[in-house]
Amino acid sequence: MNTAEKRNLAIGLGFISPWIVGFLVLCVYPVVCAAWYSLCDYSALSPALFTGGQNYIELARDGIFWKALYNTVFFAALAIPAGLLASLFLALLLSFNLPGRAFFRAVFFLPSLVPMISLAVLWQWMLNGELGLVNTLLRPVLYLINHLSGLELAAPNWLLDARYAKCGLVFTSLWGAGSAMVIYLAAFQDVPRQYYESAELDGAGFWRKTWHISLPLISPVIYFNTIMALIGSIQVFAVPYVMTKGGDGPERSLLFVSTYLFQNAFNYSNMGYACAIGLVLFAFTLLLSLLAMKLARRHVYYTDRTNVE
Amino acid sequence: MFITLTEPMWSKKPTTPVKFIVLAMLLLAGSVFIAPLLWMVSTSLKPLNETMALPQRWIPGTIQWHNYRDAIRAMGNFRGYAINTLFLCVMNVVGTVISSALAAYGFSQIEWKGRDRVFTILLATMMIPFAVTMVPLFVLYKHLGWIGTFLPLWVPSFFAGAFNVFLLRQFFLRLPKNLCDAARIDGCSELQILLRVILPLCKPALLVVVLFQFMFTWNDFLGPLIFLTDQNDFTLALGLQNFQSQTGGTSWHYLMAASTLMTLPVLAIFLLTQRTFIEGISTTGMKN
Repeated sequence: MNTAEKRNLAIGLGFISPWIVGFLVLCVYPVVCAAWYSLCDYSALSPALFTGGQNYIELARDGIFWKALYNTVFFAALAIPAGLLASLFLALLLSFNLPGRAFFRAVFFLPSLVPMISLAVLWQWMLNGELGLVNTLLRPVLYLINHLSGLELAAPNWLLDARYAKCGLVFTSLWGAGSAMVIYLAAFQDVPRQYYESAELDGAGFWRKTWHISLPLISPVIYFNTIMALIGSIQVFAVPYVMTKGGDGPERSLLFVSTYLFQNAFNYSNMGYACAIGLVLFAFTLLLSLLAMKLARRHVYYTDRTNVE
Repeated sequence: MFITLTEPMWSKKPTTPVKFIVLAMLLLAGSVFIAPLLWMVSTSLKPLNETMALPQRWIPGTIQWHNYRDAIRAMGNFRGYAINTLFLCVMNVVGTVISSALAAYGFSQIEWKGRDRVFTILLATMMIPFAVTMVPLFVLYKHLGWIGTFLPLWVPSFFAGAFNVFLLRQFFLRLPKNLCDAARIDGCSELQILLRVILPLCKPALLVVVLFQFMFTWNDFLGPLIFLTDQNDFTLALGLQNFQSQTGGTSWHYLMAASTLMTLPVLAIFLLTQRTFIEGISTTGMKN
């Protein structure tokens, strides 16, 4: 390394030093600490007592933890694909050359700005069994279905019914589809116009242009967004926490991994166990992201380099 | 009020039937998306008995503006919550802008060995859930005597969060490279280049970071929930949640008034800065 390189290295490290300190103190240290606590019996009041893999063994036998994990996976499996479809659908609607596009874009985007706590309180009201707007709209539809089919479907009491509570939460999360929509809109803008023009010359219609040009070209963005949505859904906490007034819903139907972690850490003062849950959550996130990366290799199309494999 | 989009994806005007179908779908989806917001405002202006009345009415029979005053009173120390929230927002915005501008400059305009590898580490840290670091950080702050103070809620922002560094770096990379070289030849120090050349050119990018950080702090719930102990120190988010969990599911008009109050500043800021905002959100999705 010559002097200029050394000088640049020193300056570069100097500029990023706030991040380096943050990385070490707010990232590396806590993760290492969490790994250590997860092997201990630790209540934050008395010193940590090493117990080996005891927490993990307990975790594997803990039915409540499995319930929380099941709920989290269930919610993510509904919310991520539904959110992806909704935001792509809205972005496609806005890709037509029609008046009022900017207005509709703002309408779709605004809900994603509503602060999380307001969102939770508002949707608790929207999903109210008797007085909620969702059921007010649903009742005539159900009446019609019942009338035609002879079934006896009733509007559910969303958040107070263990069978429907997570669906209610998915509605809430779908209302925020606007932020992903904006990203897809921007990605659509970046697709070179000539592609469409030459496809149109070849007689391609809406579906073929969308399916063979737009979607493949924005697939890296879809991939990135899906990973972000994955990380977000796995950590879902505030909205169900507020909706259940700090609890976990009927029959623990709104108990998520983060909720259970929070309960262990701050309600039962079981810090070691909470850290074990946190690490399992982390490992789970990594695993799913790796899986997504594998899938992406096959399905994501990068324009700047030839597809791997 | 609304900015125009640069260009529709397909320049050709759609045929009439397609146009009607798409417009119908836009109207339907638009109503679904706007309805909860309107319902929130509508409920917030109703007297209690009207919130319980069926069939529901969109326009309240009696418009009760004093619901807002009453909700503020019922929430307890609303003024205090607002001041606390604003204080945290200001501190977080200042800390984030200073630290991430420095780090983003170091990651984009200076060539140093191993830079891109270190940047990959930075990106990877975005994958670490707060749930993992939450407990050790709580213990750390407890030892420092910070629990029950505002310190855990703003000091970390002075250490460049990964997301903001990533965002600013994306913007910095768009600037022509020879700009800095020219300034260096003119004898500017690196800090001077950042302050006099880069930042003035990246005002919109800084605004994006300011807006995002403001929103993040305004919305943050888990942080205040864990680190604050005294009700007088609560933020608006925590105050609203506290109010909600105490009133039970009855005074929906007050709850909706309080929710509206919490939402309004964010919506106002968005409508004033729409272009910057949307550009910022779009940039977050564009990963190189």
